[in-house]
Amino acid sequence: MSLEPVRTVRVRVNGVEQERPVEVRKNLADFLRDDLDLTGTHVGCEHGVCGACTVLLDGEPVRSCLLLAVQAEGASVTTIEGLADEERLHPLQQAFWDHHGLQCGFCTPGILLTAKAFLEENPRPSEAEIREAISGNLCRCTGYHFIVEAILAVAR
Amino acid sequence: MKPASFEYVDPRSIDEAVEQLARHGEEAKVLAGGQSLMPMLNLRLARPAVIVDVNRVPTLDRITEENGTLRVGALVRQRALERWSVARVPVLAAGLRLVGHTAIRNRGTVAGSVVHADPAAELPALLLCLDGSAVARSRAGEREIAAEALFQGPLMTTLRPDELVVETRWAPPPPGTGWSVQEVARRHGDFALVGVVALITRIHGVIQRARIGLFGAGPVPVRAAAAERVLVGQTPTPALVEQAAEAAGENLEPLSDLHAPAAYRARVARTLSGRALGEALTRAADDAR
Repeated sequence: MSLEPVRTVRVRVNGVEQERPVEVRKNLADFLRDDLDLTGTHVGCEHGVCGACTVLLDGEPVRSCLLLAVQAEGASVTTIEGLADEERLHPLQQAFWDHHGLQCGFCTPGILLTAKAFLEENPRPSEAEIREAISGNLCRCTGYHFIVEAILAVAR
Repeated sequence: MKPASFEYVDPRSIDEAVEQLARHGEEAKVLAGGQSLMPMLNLRLARPAVIVDVNRVPTLDRITEENGTLRVGALVRQRALERWSVARVPVLAAGLRLVGHTAIRNRGTVAGSVVHADPAAELPALLLCLDGSAVARSRAGEREIAAEALFQGPLMTTLRPDELVVETRWAPPPPGTGWSVQEVARRHGDFALVGVVALITRIHGVIQRARIGLFGAGPVPVRAAAAERVLVGQTPTPALVEQAAEAAGENLEPLSDLHAPAAYRARVARTLSGRALGEALTRAADDAR
């Protein structure tokens, strides 16, 4: 067996400093799930198409399957586990609950984080703008309609 | 669906990055935004022995404009240039908005999309239409490669394996230039089936300058030179636009794949050219009127 290159990565995840040795070829999604047990970040297509693994890197949504864990060195990452405030759901989470914005829940973490960053930049979006904003996140259950309603409800 | 094993280096200067490329040659791949390379690694379509991650190289993330040349450092994210260009070079902002999705553009770099040279990508065609170039650095020095000399085929450029693109250069169109970016894609954010960039400058009612670029209509993005010749020196009329669109749709070599047959792409190229020219003309200021 050849020696797999490993590096130590230091990254702040949901406000907590983490320091772990990691294989250089491991992507951030797998690092979050396998090394930090943060399994709320879902892994779908693994080539940047589905959006399920979207996390916030220094506040901006990115595909965690298209980022090596070692590239997150020194950065701040927010996953779905970091969205709620202790026991209280984030307003977007509450709206998804109220408006039936999820069914199986696989795409939900990625969509919530995408929507959070989107509303921070554009707090009063039109429905069309919301649809464009989540166009990079695939949902195979809802038909998107209730997702758009939930995001609109928070924007109002 | 995981990358094969590789050695990872993250140089802290351009010289160090160039040194790594000189040492490893074809075995190395440059990682910038990773939005094209990482999928290829995950799918094992690419299996480089060495990844040269240039994200820690300082000074490559700058956007500057001087003497009519826009210089975009190799690490400038597509989203950053999109924000920068909204009020300054709207045709670039419009094209960038069609590149992937926000989460892709937050990481994906402008230079990366250019040198990835996907024939259906927006940025290579924009580089052609904005008389752009890529600046490449190697141990041998620096050279500027004009867009027309850069694209060789699908995912192929004239860059050598030991060269690192350090910036792309763009010439924003003259003030008052009308512009349009049109594309047909299955979903927003997909690569285009076919797309068209049009830029029209007119003075005293007469078209002085025209740039028409097509993407997804052949193995490389192309300027529709014949269509541009139809327009320059003329007063725009619906018949002239029709004639130019016709010319833009001729002599293309579109590819057939499971998304669309070549004949469909050729027809879309012609239709979109007409729309793009129409929109660019309505946006073109004309001081003489």
